[in-house]
Amino acid sequence: MNESPHPDFLWRNPEPRRAYDVVIVGGGGHGLATAYYLAKNHGITDVAVLEKGWLAGGNMARNTTIIRSNYLWDESAGIYEHALKLWEGLAEELDYDLLFSQRGVLNLAHSPADVREGMRRVNANLLNGIDAEWLDADEVKKFCPIVNTSPDVRHPVLGATLQRRAGIAKHDRVAWAYARAADRLGVDLIQGCEVTGFDIAGGRVRGVRTNLGRIGAHRVALAAAGHSSVLAARAGIRLPLQSHPLQALVSELLEPVLDCVVMSGAVHVYVSQAHKGELVMGAGIDAYNSYGQRGSFHIIERQMSAALELFPIFARARVLRTWAGIVDVSPDASPIIGLTPVENLFVNAGWGTGGFKATPGSGWVYADTIANGRPHPLAEPFGLDRFTTGALIDEHGAAAVAH
Amino acid sequence: MLLIDCPWCGPRDEIEFRYGGQAGVAYPEDPAALTDEQWAEYLYVRDNPKGWFHERWFHAAGCRTWFTVRRHTVTHEIKPGGPDGAPEPGRGRDAPDRRRRFPRGLA
Repeated sequence: MNESPHPDFLWRNPEPRRAYDVVIVGGGGHGLATAYYLAKNHGITDVAVLEKGWLAGGNMARNTTIIRSNYLWDESAGIYEHALKLWEGLAEELDYDLLFSQRGVLNLAHSPADVREGMRRVNANLLNGIDAEWLDADEVKKFCPIVNTSPDVRHPVLGATLQRRAGIAKHDRVAWAYARAADRLGVDLIQGCEVTGFDIAGGRVRGVRTNLGRIGAHRVALAAAGHSSVLAARAGIRLPLQSHPLQALVSELLEPVLDCVVMSGAVHVYVSQAHKGELVMGAGIDAYNSYGQRGSFHIIERQMSAALELFPIFARARVLRTWAGIVDVSPDASPIIGLTPVENLFVNAGWGTGGFKATPGSGWVYADTIANGRPHPLAEPFGLDRFTTGALIDEHGAAAVAH
Repeated sequence: MLLIDCPWCGPRDEIEFRYGGQAGVAYPEDPAALTDEQWAEYLYVRDNPKGWFHERWFHAAGCRTWFTVRRHTVTHEIKPGGPDGAPEPGRGRDAPDRRRRFPRGLA
């Protein structure tokens, strides 16, 4: 990081113009990255990002910042590894420190079935050119000494997959960096602007209606995460998505104690320690549909009991804050990227519980899809039509709850 | 934490229940007659409203009844009632008001 003082403003706050070439609905990580790559890769700068709240105040501000690409299926490996490669050069490209830290992610195995699945995942990753290692319980203990690898617990650690290139980043900084870079290339970032409807004529989108008036658009791109169903319904489209709360929490600030990311699908918890010192933990989704940005306490309770079994050293740490984001989960736990039945209206949704890690890759392929009016090759398998053809990308089994 | 009103057992903690999603999704009468689009709609597409939602819950750790409530997906307020005002399971003619109310502390 350079030593110059941080500027007071990273982007302009312009009034919306009457029309744009591309309007992106949703100013979270994916929307901002999409705007940046539209301008940077495709020279399309007549772009507005419309955000109903403030920039990156939804799931971008609520996720647990885990970045990895060790997915099972080829299609997932393709898009998440593309994202990870972009992460590796992102701070330099955007000239902004993202606190991106490739500290390694462990996915623990607690049963013979977990072990088999983990080894399968390692082999699948290696075949896709993604770094992956299998660690036995002793090696897990060496890599992360505070994990309880005693056999005398409810869910003993039998081993783990390790992706060393995986890690965490500082979510706010990622959003700010993309926002500043997009703004500098001429993109209008418009906060407090809620899309209330779409102007569609002859099967083609012509613009959006907002609380700030009508804004014309040649192309409209949805990037609204948990609210994708609500927005798409305003364009007459039913998406195969269900919106759920996903809860997370942080502890009070602690001395450095955990220098990697530990995930366990079987006991529904994932943990890392942020640069500032707080332990960041996530759980599984609450089962019911909700837009309420809060979940039920028993989820936190179970998550804590799992975390304490894995990390007895955390027993006296206190919870500082809990919260929830609203995640849009698709039937196969994979995103939906591409064209819609309405011409020039694009969708990027369904990232569910795992969208943060994909931010650069998602923005990259979505911008390419919008610019060229056809799916980017890495996005093609994730089209809306897969639910009709049956070519699902079923990552539920591979990613379990800790997506 | 939701307090869910089971038609048999009365208000109980959410941890006793399992979620069943949107209510009133009927199995197609003649699945073979459906187009791929219609079959996909049945298999994969459900309402996802921001507001009132008719949904199914299963009292897994209690009477094991499936029933329908209306719940607001922002406020989480819960009201009884199936789709189109249909009676809830357990409250039909074969089940008059046998709803058991446990004293506070025993529920």
